[in-house]
Amino acid sequence: MARTDVQLMLDVKAGDEQSFELLLQRFRSPLVNFLYRMVRNREQAEDLAQEVFLRVYRARLDYVPSAKFTTWLFRIATNLALNSMRDTRHQRAEISLDAPVSFDAEDGDERPMDVAEKHPNIEQHLVEESRRKMIRRAIDKLPEKQRAAVLLHKYQDLDYGEIAKILECSESALKSLLFRAYETLRVELAPLVAQQSIFQSRERRAT
Amino acid sequence: MSCERMEGRILEYVDGRLKEGDRAEVQKHLESCAVCQLRVQQFSAVAGLLDELPMIEPSPAFDARVYALVAAEPVTKSWWTWNFASPRIVLAGAMLLVATVWVTMHPANTIQVDSPDFAVLENYDVISNFEPLTELPQPVQPEDTNSNQQMERDETATPIRRNDSGGIDDAGGVRGDASGAKG
Repeated sequence: MARTDVQLMLDVKAGDEQSFELLLQRFRSPLVNFLYRMVRNREQAEDLAQEVFLRVYRARLDYVPSAKFTTWLFRIATNLALNSMRDTRHQRAEISLDAPVSFDAEDGDERPMDVAEKHPNIEQHLVEESRRKMIRRAIDKLPEKQRAAVLLHKYQDLDYGEIAKILECSESALKSLLFRAYETLRVELAPLVAQQSIFQSRERRAT
Repeated sequence: MSCERMEGRILEYVDGRLKEGDRAEVQKHLESCAVCQLRVQQFSAVAGLLDELPMIEPSPAFDARVYALVAAEPVTKSWWTWNFASPRIVLAGAMLLVATVWVTMHPANTIQVDSPDFAVLENYDVISNFEPLTELPQPVQPEDTNSNQQMERDETATPIRRNDSGGIDDAGGVRGDASGAKG
């Protein structure tokens, strides 16, 4: 049976380096993706994710399983991301959020051309890519804490209590954050939301 | 339920995490509120759109970089961990400590370094003006009487010198016998 995250961390504490490797394998991708969606820069996201693992390793001797391991891990990641974003805020302010150049450059991280080459229908791919771009921009427009709340809620398998602990707020404050974020997103993504709503209602009728 | 109270529950309703009792309450409200119904629809659409974003793969060198960072960390094992991992190391450390304390309390005859000499040697003015080195006294002659006096003083201080200067010593001894005979 696979060991739990907490068990692995306790083994790391006892000096088992292999358990650290297992934790790295387990959380490498979720962390890099969360941080990438937070800071919108692949290199920076990887640097931050590496820093998260380093901090986990440093803290191993003092580790006490008082909370869920993922809560602790994403709390470190979120704090690092928020600090990093604050540090570069002045730089971000200089680049308009609507400037297509910067976003095109960052979207290049996902190598859309490689996908396009394999895609049977390039036109369809371009439509999908422009949808994704809109979605990314909408997320980027969210205030930092709201963005973190949306990403943790949507992409990580965390319950409200855990996300509240990660963001150091109450559960009702978290629900309010998420509500406001979704309100912004439904306005920002209005054309796509309308399409999606029709698509979803058709699906519901079909089932 | 009011539309305001819906705010805190609408997303939980959409993502299916609402408890059964609350869920029934929300559904009852939705049946009579077109605004909240539209909002549920739109929030659900937003959630669907967020699913469209692809995941990225961490670069192949990611793990290696983490291991490099970890390897560069200084060893910060606690005393207990060391004891647990290797009692021999702890024992060796304890013995070293005892030895250090013993040596400190019973200092052996060690070579005393006369630090003031070093200070003088390090003084550039003294070294640069060390003229006496260029005006060495004349080499000591065997018949020089001063040397006899010098040797007599050395006799008591350094036993090794007595053998080296045996001839002179003998002469002194003869002189002594002679004076005794005179007395």
